[in-house]
Amino acid sequence: MWNYEKRLQHPVKITQTNPKIAQVIISQFGGPDGELSASMRYLAQRYSMPYKEVTGILTDIGTEELAHMEMICAIVHQLTRDLSPEQLVESGFDKYYVDHTLALWPTSASGAPWTATYFQSKGDPITDLHEDMAAEQKARSTYDNILRLIKDPEICEPIRFLREREVVHYQRFGESLRIVQDHLDSKNFYAFNPEFPLDLKCK
Amino acid sequence: MTENKPNRHELLEWINVVSFAVDDVKLFLDTHPCNQEALEYFDEFKKQRVHALKEYAKYFGPLTLDTACTPAEYWCWINEPWPWQEGGC
Repeated sequence: MWNYEKRLQHPVKITQTNPKIAQVIISQFGGPDGELSASMRYLAQRYSMPYKEVTGILTDIGTEELAHMEMICAIVHQLTRDLSPEQLVESGFDKYYVDHTLALWPTSASGAPWTATYFQSKGDPITDLHEDMAAEQKARSTYDNILRLIKDPEICEPIRFLREREVVHYQRFGESLRIVQDHLDSKNFYAFNPEFPLDLKCK
Repeated sequence: MTENKPNRHELLEWINVVSFAVDDVKLFLDTHPCNQEALEYFDEFKKQRVHALKEYAKYFGPLTLDTACTPAEYWCWINEPWPWQEGGC
């Protein structure tokens, strides 16, 4: 169960439209390392996670990613509102506009639609947490790439906030991996998969 | 009554600050559930957040369903702008 809170996690107040940069930033909505992928990844992985600390972190980070998705969508929306047909053509946003007008739709910057194949839910805590840590670093790199292209401080500020959260989440997933390993055989972390009950019975 | 009315922008900024403190320490507590310092920090900012959200709802409309002003003649949840809109939070 989720409850909506009618505010952004961090404010987004962009006064100047910029459809060219919106096309880049939209990748953090529906791209391979975007916030939608992040949220779906963690919220999918948590059901079979046997350790309560890690189930907690997957739930709470997965929830925070939804708030980040909302911030990204707010940024893209504010960068593309009130565009004229001339601005649409000049900026190259016309190719998105023809299918979605000025609505938000999850796509990568290069136009690939969002797909569940952007993430894995493997059912093995070591495997999944390594994916999660990699995902946070990939998202951090994407924000670094975006920041190299932006000059407007009104856009930079919320993007920097989101970038910092990737670093914090990476840290928490690293601690989660340590917690998982503490439960396993220190001589062989791969001796059994704690998400597969039959392995535990045979242990 | 009107003299005590808080500044909308300042109150919202405060809600963002205390909510972020709660959000961040919540993740830390997930992986450090026995950390006393973090537990006290959480408790302090959670109280501040609940109070600030109630204050905000009273003067400027609800940000959460739990602080929606009822009974009322109008469904105030949809009255104020949404976060991505002009004048939104």
